[in-house]
Amino acid sequence: MAYSDKVIDHYSNPKNVGTLDKSKKTVGTGLVGAPECGDVMRLQIEVDDATGMITDAKFKTFGCGSAIASSSLATEWLKGKTVDQAVAIDNMDIVEELNLPPVKIHCSVLAEDAIKAAINDYRKKNGLEELAFEEKGVH
Amino acid sequence: MLKLPVYLDNNATTPMDPRVLETMLPYFTEHFGNAASRNHPFGWEAESAVDYAREQVAQLIGADPKEIIFTSGATEGDNLGIKGIFEMYAAKGNHIITATTEHKAVLDTCKHLEKLGADVTYLQVKADGLIDLAELEAAIKPTTILISIMYANNEIGVIQPVKEISTIAKRHGVLFFTDATQAVGKITVNVIEDGIDLLTFTAHKMYGPKGIGALYVRRKNPRVKVTAQMDGGGHERSMRSGTLNVPGIVGFGKACELCRLEMEEDTKRISALRDKLETALLKVEEAYVNGNREHRLPHVANISFKHVEGEGLLMGFNKNIALSSGSACTSASLEPSYVLKALGLGDDLAHSSLRFGLGRFTTEEQIDYTVEQITNTVLKLREMSPLWEMYKEGIDLNSIEWAHH
Repeated sequence: MAYSDKVIDHYSNPKNVGTLDKSKKTVGTGLVGAPECGDVMRLQIEVDDATGMITDAKFKTFGCGSAIASSSLATEWLKGKTVDQAVAIDNMDIVEELNLPPVKIHCSVLAEDAIKAAINDYRKKNGLEELAFEEKGVH
Repeated sequence: MLKLPVYLDNNATTPMDPRVLETMLPYFTEHFGNAASRNHPFGWEAESAVDYAREQVAQLIGADPKEIIFTSGATEGDNLGIKGIFEMYAAKGNHIITATTEHKAVLDTCKHLEKLGADVTYLQVKADGLIDLAELEAAIKPTTILISIMYANNEIGVIQPVKEISTIAKRHGVLFFTDATQAVGKITVNVIEDGIDLLTFTAHKMYGPKGIGALYVRRKNPRVKVTAQMDGGGHERSMRSGTLNVPGIVGFGKACELCRLEMEEDTKRISALRDKLETALLKVEEAYVNGNREHRLPHVANISFKHVEGEGLLMGFNKNIALSSGSACTSASLEPSYVLKALGLGDDLAHSSLRFGLGRFTTEEQIDYTVEQITNTVLKLREMSPLWEMYKEGIDLNSIEWAHH
């Protein structure tokens, strides 16, 4: 299977690989997937309390090129968005941007799940109610 | 001189040896006859070419030419051998013994036969990929008609104790079929010494053309017969009808001859390269060889790099190195290799595996390049892997409650 140029670019030069201090109250961490499924994504956001703006985002991913690209792209999109705007990121936006084939859609779903898990972790830490998300259930 | 891209997927298929192609060419054009045409020189020429090739093929496995049935390849041989025995020996029984690490062509054939009333035992393998001989013997019942165990595995290269299996089979009056697709041409296979009753193999795994293979069917001690699975003109002693693929057969014959003459030298060179590759890659932290390393094909290595996903790993160099992975992120199931899972490997290690199949045309420069590329990519991806980070922090990955999807 051939990969799109954008997937190859994110794979070769991933953006925002790294780790934020998960003990900080302003950092939300989402860890999704499972080793036995062949993909695990950890996505972290750092939020400015005053503005609700995501000031930093980092990821680490165990998975195929499309999973790495999906999480790399997600971190790029998250930076500069408010938490409310970030909630609206849909996996199909990722599919479109990266030109993912049908067998790789689950990678984009995982990225969306990771964003939402990170947001909920941040909300929980700050005494806010966790948001209820619909299960995409693609994989 | 380094020649790119590097091809290390010789278990999938091998390039054709130019000497094989050269032998085949006249049989597409001037000698195009049908080997079954008995009344003119075109037919005679084709027939004599097939006869000669049949001898070359038989000689490689120590068989009599009359015991060679040409097929379209190993999958057909698996189907014809197993289904053909099931039908032919129906009066004797309906029990077949095979193993969980067999090729799908064997496993799916057995599953098909189960729907038709077959009773199939799927033996588990040990952690090194070998079957347990005591378990095999214990599985034999009065209704057992066939033991089907592969000669060597396509993913891990592990060679089964074929002689011991055939001894057990003989002791109980059970026929022994072996899928020897990966073994023939690479190591010495002799149907007499090994006590094999039926054996399938194919040309394209040994530098011959695709679309041609053979099923060996023993003619004496005991005389074995299979029921044809394709009806027609009664070719191949009525066991496999269909006009013979003369150019393919000629090429197959030549490929067998080359393997027989050059096996010793090829094996020496290729296994040295394989060992060099393996030794170098095992210097990478948390890298493991899958399967028994002693009873193994000389050109195969299967290595897992912990906490790095196989397909992601391949992407780091697959423009320049052709390899295959036990991970199956592209398939709908997302299930990693069933062979590696049968060894008791965790799914994470199965997802992290690469299969190396070296061949006649692999060079030392290519191996050096491959080691460098893979090592660099593993290190790069581990920097990106949350599992590697957790492992380094001493977190037990099994203690985490993963969101299974």
